[in-house]
Amino acid sequence: MIGLPAYLVLGAFVFSIGLFGVLTRRNAVGILLGIELMLNAVNINFVAFARFNGDLTGLVFTLFTIAITVAEVAVGLAIVIAIFRVRRTVEADRLDLLRG
Amino acid sequence: MLSPVWLPLFVLGMPFVAFVLLAVVAPLRRAGSRAALVSIGAMLLAFAAALAVWRGAFVAETTWAWIPADGGPIATVGLLVDPLSNAMLVLVTLVSLLVQIYSLAYLGDERPASLGRYYTYQSLFAFSMLGLVLAPGFLQMFVFWELVGLCSYLLIGYWYERPAAARAAVKAFWITKLGDIGFIIGIVLLWSATGTFEFTELFDKAQEHALAIKGLPTIMFLIYLGAVGKSAQFPLHVWLPDAMEGPTPVSALIHAATMVTAGVFMVTRTEPLFAMVPEVLTLIAWVGAFTALLAATMACVEDDIKRVLAYSTISQLGYMMAAAGAGAAYAGFLHLLTHGLFKALLFLAAGAVIHAVGTNDIFRMGGLFRAMPQTGVVFLVGTLALAGVPPLAGFFSKEAVLGGVWEAHFTGPFLMLAATALLTAFYMFRVVFIAFFGRAHAGGHPHEAPWLMRGPLWLLAALTVLVGIRLGGAEGHDATPAWLVPLSIGLAFAGFALAWAMYQRGAIDPARVATVLGPLDYLARRRYGIDALYAGLYRGLILGFSRLIGWIDRYIVDGVLNVLSALTLRGGQALRGIQSGRAQDYVYGVAFGMLLLIVWAQLWR
Repeated sequence: MIGLPAYLVLGAFVFSIGLFGVLTRRNAVGILLGIELMLNAVNINFVAFARFNGDLTGLVFTLFTIAITVAEVAVGLAIVIAIFRVRRTVEADRLDLLRG
Repeated sequence: MLSPVWLPLFVLGMPFVAFVLLAVVAPLRRAGSRAALVSIGAMLLAFAAALAVWRGAFVAETTWAWIPADGGPIATVGLLVDPLSNAMLVLVTLVSLLVQIYSLAYLGDERPASLGRYYTYQSLFAFSMLGLVLAPGFLQMFVFWELVGLCSYLLIGYWYERPAAARAAVKAFWITKLGDIGFIIGIVLLWSATGTFEFTELFDKAQEHALAIKGLPTIMFLIYLGAVGKSAQFPLHVWLPDAMEGPTPVSALIHAATMVTAGVFMVTRTEPLFAMVPEVLTLIAWVGAFTALLAATMACVEDDIKRVLAYSTISQLGYMMAAAGAGAAYAGFLHLLTHGLFKALLFLAAGAVIHAVGTNDIFRMGGLFRAMPQTGVVFLVGTLALAGVPPLAGFFSKEAVLGGVWEAHFTGPFLMLAATALLTAFYMFRVVFIAFFGRAHAGGHPHEAPWLMRGPLWLLAALTVLVGIRLGGAEGHDATPAWLVPLSIGLAFAGFALAWAMYQRGAIDPARVATVLGPLDYLARRRYGIDALYAGLYRGLILGFSRLIGWIDRYIVDGVLNVLSALTLRGGQALRGIQSGRAQDYVYGVAFGMLLLIVWAQLWR
């Protein structure tokens, strides 16, 4: 039987990979993918805790997270497309209008 | 029968009602001549009531609590009716009435709204002066005193579009305020020492020798300062000649019945208090006599007919003050009353001349006696009265003043006043000869003034003569030395002869006299540098101080703020480099910060 720590380690791994992606990808779509990974890592943690503590709240939260993630991706991609239409690029490094 | 208080209250109330009516009902005020009729009507009623008060010789005192406090009110308002205030009531209402009637013609060309404003001020002015005259205590007197100052400011600056008039109004206001500071401090000191503002209470205390307060001379000196400012005594006399920028009827009012007489009236009213401080009285006498002489010399070289009269007012005020200082306050007060009559007459006649000729310069008039004989006659009456020729009103009061000063053994002031009497006759006849009999001819076609203006003139001239004759009949001459009458007549005649020789006959060339008396002429023409001194003081001290304050504000106060803002700007400039504007950099910051938190939590738990 695989214990709780294993799931948590998996979640941490996935979260770190997602964070790495968010920090290093230059393409805005890639950054969105990284965010997805981070959210799913959280989901893994929720489900794992729910399973091992016998508490269904985590599962409910996961369902919420998935729903919100879908909405977030939809909105995020829409923003990326809108930016692309204006700037003709989705390179995150070049979107620096707020530079001081 | 009315109680003795209600009739004086009615006198006081009429101009106030007129003022409130004109001030509040704007359409009536803008109607101009209708506003004038309201004001004149109110004044007429007040004058009739004042005459009744005077004829009845009312004596009464009523006070109402004003500032209540434990153990009796701190201050009261009320009316103090006695022969002194009765006489002033008649003078003030009479001169105000005549001036208002005269103004109707004199200011006939004004816009209706301006005329309404003029009559509103006139009503307020009369009310203020009447309130001052009837005041039973120092505090009420001070309130009306300031109101009088305000009204003179408003009326001198009546033609406020003219910069000179606006400046003269401000000058009059500030210089009288300078004296008023002393006045209010004196009043408050006196109150803190005696606990009352009431004249009668103070007089009672003086009678019972209960007024031996430490510092009473200082207090009375401070109170006297108020009179110095208001009654244009040296060295605060500089505002009065400038006040000629106002309309001529206003000058007549200010010089004859209101404003400048307030100071003399105050000293006369509080005479029992001043009598306790002989050193202040001596000062008053010397300053008064010196003012009289100084102003008379300045009048001798002045070309502006109104300014000549203004200087003569200062000079005559000096007479009144000298009399008050010599302990002959009632002689001074008598001179105030007679002077009020003939000075109003002179100013109104001068106004008629200016109205006809269109200039104030006496050397651009000439031969006016033929063009306007009626004005000439009344001006001559005024001149004779002012010069002190019997049996006109000025002679007896002036003689009473001289006698009083002589009796008090003030030889110095007496000599100065005698010299002033000579100069007075000289400069007044100088004006008469140049303006009315001179060979030069005025431009345009001088004509006699309308009846609205001539009526008051004739009335005043008749009163000047009648009062003089009555005074001559009533007065006993035993109090004064016998040589005084011939002396004053002689001085008046000498002045007349000198003026005649210089300006009519041409026997003495005025220019030669001026060169002989070079320095004096130079100084008198420059007003003895007193105006220049004030201007210099103002420029040097006040402006210097202002410049210092300005420098501190600009370089120290602003400097600190500028340094602070510069530091903030620099700091912002330096820190803006951190903001890359790239979302990922911020995420880096968040992730790194999170990491730090985790590490910290692990290590230091």
